[in-house]
Amino acid sequence: MNARTQHFVDIVLVLIQKDLKVRYKNTIFGYLWSVGHPLAFALVFYIAFKVVIKIQVEEYVLFLITGLFPWQWFSNSISASPMVFLGNAPIIKKLNFPRNLIPFALVFQDMIHFIFSLPVVALFLFIYNKNPYITWLWGVPILLFFQFMMTYGFALIISSTNLFFRDLERLTQITLTLLFYFTPVIYPETMIPPGFHDLVQLNPLACFVIVWRNLLMEGYINWFYLSISGLYGFVFVILGYFTYKKLSWRFAEVL
Amino acid sequence: MNNSIILFSNVYKSYPLYHHITGGLKNFIFHLPKGIRQLKSKKYEALHDISFEIRKGETFGIIGRNGAGKSTVLGLIAGVLRPNQGTVKVMGRVSPLLELGAGFHPELSGRENIVLKGVLMGLSRAQVSEKLEEIIDFSELQDFIDQPIRVYSSGMLARLGFSVIVHLDPQILLIDEILAVGDSDFQRKCIARLDEFRNKGVTIVVVSHNMDHICRICDRVLWLENHATEMIGPGSEIVNSFQLRLE
Repeated sequence: MNARTQHFVDIVLVLIQKDLKVRYKNTIFGYLWSVGHPLAFALVFYIAFKVVIKIQVEEYVLFLITGLFPWQWFSNSISASPMVFLGNAPIIKKLNFPRNLIPFALVFQDMIHFIFSLPVVALFLFIYNKNPYITWLWGVPILLFFQFMMTYGFALIISSTNLFFRDLERLTQITLTLLFYFTPVIYPETMIPPGFHDLVQLNPLACFVIVWRNLLMEGYINWFYLSISGLYGFVFVILGYFTYKKLSWRFAEVL
Repeated sequence: MNNSIILFSNVYKSYPLYHHITGGLKNFIFHLPKGIRQLKSKKYEALHDISFEIRKGETFGIIGRNGAGKSTVLGLIAGVLRPNQGTVKVMGRVSPLLELGAGFHPELSGRENIVLKGVLMGLSRAQVSEKLEEIIDFSELQDFIDQPIRVYSSGMLARLGFSVIVHLDPQILLIDEILAVGDSDFQRKCIARLDEFRNKGVTIVVVSHNMDHICRICDRVLWLENHATEMIGPGSEIVNSFQLRLE
């Protein structure tokens, strides 16, 4: 590792430490939060859809968490990203360093939380008399990489733009809520009426959730949706980087 | 010039008056033509045709009334701002801009802020932890070092800020009005430390309203008046004419 990369690694580590400290006060709590939050949601949806509405989905708890965990990673990163530069204004105004490392650290940290939630998925597999699959070994890293790129790209776009249009934060929250119900997290994509089925591919999150769920529940890699997810990953990371490049030199002026 | 370390040639800097920020995206889209016009036309000129050169090892002061553009010059040297026209050349590792108030992250403890700042400035984590104790000793903040810095007084913040920066081995030191706070004991300590830096050949750029300090430490001074250069030259001479003007 050369000195420059080493320095970037150091910056990201320090920023992650800082974030854990500021957001959760300490590391263990951070982990409990990141696992407990989607589990609480899973409980709510289980009661609402399985117990009350009696949705026809097998192994519904497992089904829910395999969709909720990846969703949670995306949603946490994105809802924090409008404030990520604003919250670090003192650093940005005083010091010249690669500012894109701040959202990078944010998304990276949420990814770590997601990785640590995978044992919980394994636990539920055991409960349903299943085992983790060998395909996880290569499926998980590829998907992590794709989703990281997409989320980081989105985070760059939102965090940079929000400095100039400060109401973007509210728009982000509303859009996230809408996106959640358009994404097959609490229902399977097979329940979407045939006429709308092709629209699923237009929602990047839907593609990711489908691939994650196939992989985590059945150990099956859905190559079709995986390639679309990869495409979204590359497109958004490029878009995000250009947006950031175009706007970043004005950051200190508007903060 | 071989030994110049900071070079400003014909620098212009203006800020758009970001009206749309207050209105937000919604407002901008609903009033699109007006928004774009505002974005292009309304500008606030902060620096007008500034040229100067700071030599290696020099202590350089910048004086002027409030709003004359002093802090913008420091921002340009620190590399957080970019000129609209002209060029700014800086050859060397610049310290973070040191100024009054909370220059750190308010929720983190003093100790954590030291690490954050050191690493962002370009040191490795190992290097920072090596110097950690020395920095804390210099700041004399042992009792408070593990408290979040939002509970610090402004004098304590200044102490912390100064202590971090002087231990980080910068080649260029930027100081914005920091010497005004802290008790006289600590001020003396700071000035002694600055002298040490000068002897080591560190370039120092100071913005201050305290003319005694400027006279005492600066080799040369730039006087900014109305966003443009009024005078530039030896410290005491410029300070004298500036004080005459104020009276």
